[in-house]
Amino acid sequence: MISFELSEEQRAVQKVAHEFAEREIRPLAAEYDEREEYPEWFVEKAFRAGLTYTYVPEEYGGQGMDFLTACIVNEELSWGCCGFATILGANNLGVTPLLVAGNEEQKRKYLLDLTSRPSLAAMALTEPEAGSDAGAVRTTAVRDGDFYVLNGTKCFISNGGIADLHTVYASTDPSKGTRGLSCFLVPKGTPGLSAGKKERKMGVRASVTSEVILSDCRVPAEDLLGAEGQGFKIAMITLDKARVNVASGSVGIARAALEAALDYARQRIQFGRPIIENQAIQFMLADMDMDVEAGRLLYMKAAWLETKGLPFTREAAMAKTFCSDMAMRVTTDVVQVFGGYGYMRDYPVEKYMRDAKINQIWDGTNQIQRLVMARSLMAR
Amino acid sequence: MNLVVCVKRVPDTAESEVHIDASGKDIDKSRLSFGINECDNYAVEEAIQIKERLGGTVTVISLGPKENDEVIRMALAKGGDEAIRLEDEAFDGGDGFAVAKALAAAIKGLEFDIVFTGALADDDGYAVVPAALGELLGVPHATYVKKVEILEDGKRAKVGRELEGGLLEFLEIELPCVLGIQTGINEPRYASFKGIKQAAKKEIAIKSAADLGLDPSEVGESGSWAVLEKFTPPVVGEMAEILEGDPEETAAKLAAILKEKGLV
Ligand SMILES: Cc1cc2nc3c(=O)[nH]c(=O)nc-3n(C[C@H](O)[C@H](O)[C@H](O)COP(=O)(O)OP(=O)(O)OC[C@H]3O[C@@H](n4cnc5c(N)ncnc54)[C@H](O)[C@@H]3O)c2cc1C
Ligand SMILES: Cc1cc2nc3c(=O)[nH]c(=O)nc-3n(C[C@H](O)[C@H](O)[C@H](O)COP(=O)(O)OP(=O)(O)OC[C@H]3O[C@@H](n4cnc5c(N)ncnc54)[C@H](O)[C@@H]3O)c2cc1C
Repeated sequence: MISFELSEEQRAVQKVAHEFAEREIRPLAAEYDEREEYPEWFVEKAFRAGLTYTYVPEEYGGQGMDFLTACIVNEELSWGCCGFATILGANNLGVTPLLVAGNEEQKRKYLLDLTSRPSLAAMALTEPEAGSDAGAVRTTAVRDGDFYVLNGTKCFISNGGIADLHTVYASTDPSKGTRGLSCFLVPKGTPGLSAGKKERKMGVRASVTSEVILSDCRVPAEDLLGAEGQGFKIAMITLDKARVNVASGSVGIARAALEAALDYARQRIQFGRPIIENQAIQFMLADMDMDVEAGRLLYMKAAWLETKGLPFTREAAMAKTFCSDMAMRVTTDVVQVFGGYGYMRDYPVEKYMRDAKINQIWDGTNQIQRLVMARSLMAR
Repeated sequence: MNLVVCVKRVPDTAESEVHIDASGKDIDKSRLSFGINECDNYAVEEAIQIKERLGGTVTVISLGPKENDEVIRMALAKGGDEAIRLEDEAFDGGDGFAVAKALAAAIKGLEFDIVFTGALADDDGYAVVPAALGELLGVPHATYVKKVEILEDGKRAKVGRELEGGLLEFLEIELPCVLGIQTGINEPRYASFKGIKQAAKKEIAIKSAADLGLDPSEVGESGSWAVLEKFTPPVVGEMAEILEGDPEETAAKLAAILKEKGLV
């Protein structure tokens, strides 16, 4: 009834993603973090390695991985660098509304194009006044003949402004709050679509986070996803998946940090012996190992439910919250194991701590996740 | 072009501490991860690139236990067509020559233009298999190959061999031939998920010594020229001269030695 075994294919693609992270990402992660630069070449490398649009079905040109396999891949990429992994994660996020609500024509038109080349996608929901409170979105979409005219400013958008396709949420009926939200497909080059300020961040610095400005941006009516007013529902279904992905990425960071701590604790001599011989250090490492293991089980369970077509909103919220809180704990302790050296940018561990932090915030803060969990509990 | 590529599964010892096991004839592999021998990964890529340019098939061969299927399938996922695994207790303990005998017996039954191997194995580093294979198959061979160009007529190839100091020696070789491939000859691709799924459906033909018409005495330890007696850790210090004194003195001594040996 219960199996914790990955299939041969899952293990093979896990190995591929691991090698890719080890060879292509790790050697450059610190440099792109330090310079806070977007690695232009990366998406092409990932495209050639077959690691882009992982869970987009093959019929639309994607890799056709089931969701669990895609999360396993993301864990490995984040083990390499969460910033690099975010570039590909934001791609998946950007096209998920299309997978969730797109009609056949929209899917063929946009997905086949994006998956056939190194490309970027982005999902633009957040606004300065609408973070946790998506119902406060002020971007409007006003119908004008065969078009909608979009006006507003999105902020904190991963791959924002550089993406080949933005899925943008705007209100078609501001009086209705979340029920007035609609989701639009806005390809690069659409007049009125532009990038605003590029943010300077604490972590995941290889990934572009930018304002996206919509100024009398005319979108053909056929590029509305689903129907008017379905935007919030589309966003919630999309975010359930994004949350499990965040959980898998958090496990990747925590695992990388734990490995670094284990190596360091074996080598660092104080009081005439390796610090790992102190029980205080051993117990920290043991807690980390337990945390990583528990986190992995939780994200895999949530992803497995998705692949079975079962409800997983509750488990997605749990996995996202547990894994990101766990990664924060683990990476903080890993810096502790490194002592003063951990605080220095010459070692990779302070970066892990900075990268871990974002996972408690994006795709719904951990407070919002606890709201989701509590609601599901109270509905019993 | 019919291409055959021989792959070996080896432990990854690059970043792990290595200990000799109780038998004294092997290292403790229980905590090591395994993967394709590094040169072989380049050999697989070279074979697949030639197939993609000129057409034909790539047959992947590996000698070893069921665990080797993992590296065979990865090569199939990247574009290999067929696969053979040689498995028999009789193959155990063989040196490079004995391994080459088994591989040669399997390859003789195939039509081939080029047999690719890695230049050497990361674990034992004998670098014997490509040369022995060439001899046993009665075809020319080249080792440490870092460039391959199939000439117009498809009957010869121009190959660049890596010499000391990064020099390349170019020679023309007649096909069929055996090429021992050096790392860096190309950029090995990553297997895609689609490729992995297709490879999972492919059959790997298993061949024993008897299937290959080999007598057990010809292969494995009994068919070997070299017999492994024991492993010993390198003796620390014996080959090294430790310079003593304060930094200024040791630096002066070091400079004198380097000058004396003509290294600076
Ligand atoms: C690097 C980065 C990349 C991002 N990428 C994207 C992207 O690609 N697309 C996109 O649309 N957005 C993206 N975001 C936005 C992200 O999803 C939001 O930052 C997040 O949803 C939180 O919104 P906020 O920042 O406005 O915080 P706020 O909503 O202002 O929250 C501030 C604090 O108040 C708490 N809080 C708010 N409401 C409640 C409540 N009801 N009960 C209890 N506590 C509450 C929050 O938990 C938080 O601790 C990104 C953000 C960052 C930093
Ligand atoms: C920004 C910064 C400023 C500093 N400024 C100064 C300064 O002005 N002057 C100065 O002299 N120093 C300074 N330091 C040094 C600082 O005091 C040391 O970093 C600190 O004492 C820890 O030593 P360490 O970094 O060598 O870690 P280590 O001693 O190597 O410790 C590594 C880990 O092992 C643990 N550990 C070690 N021994 C044991 C044990 N027996 N039992 C259990 N756990 C153990 C530690 O708690 C830690 O978690 C500074 C450090 C930093 C980062």
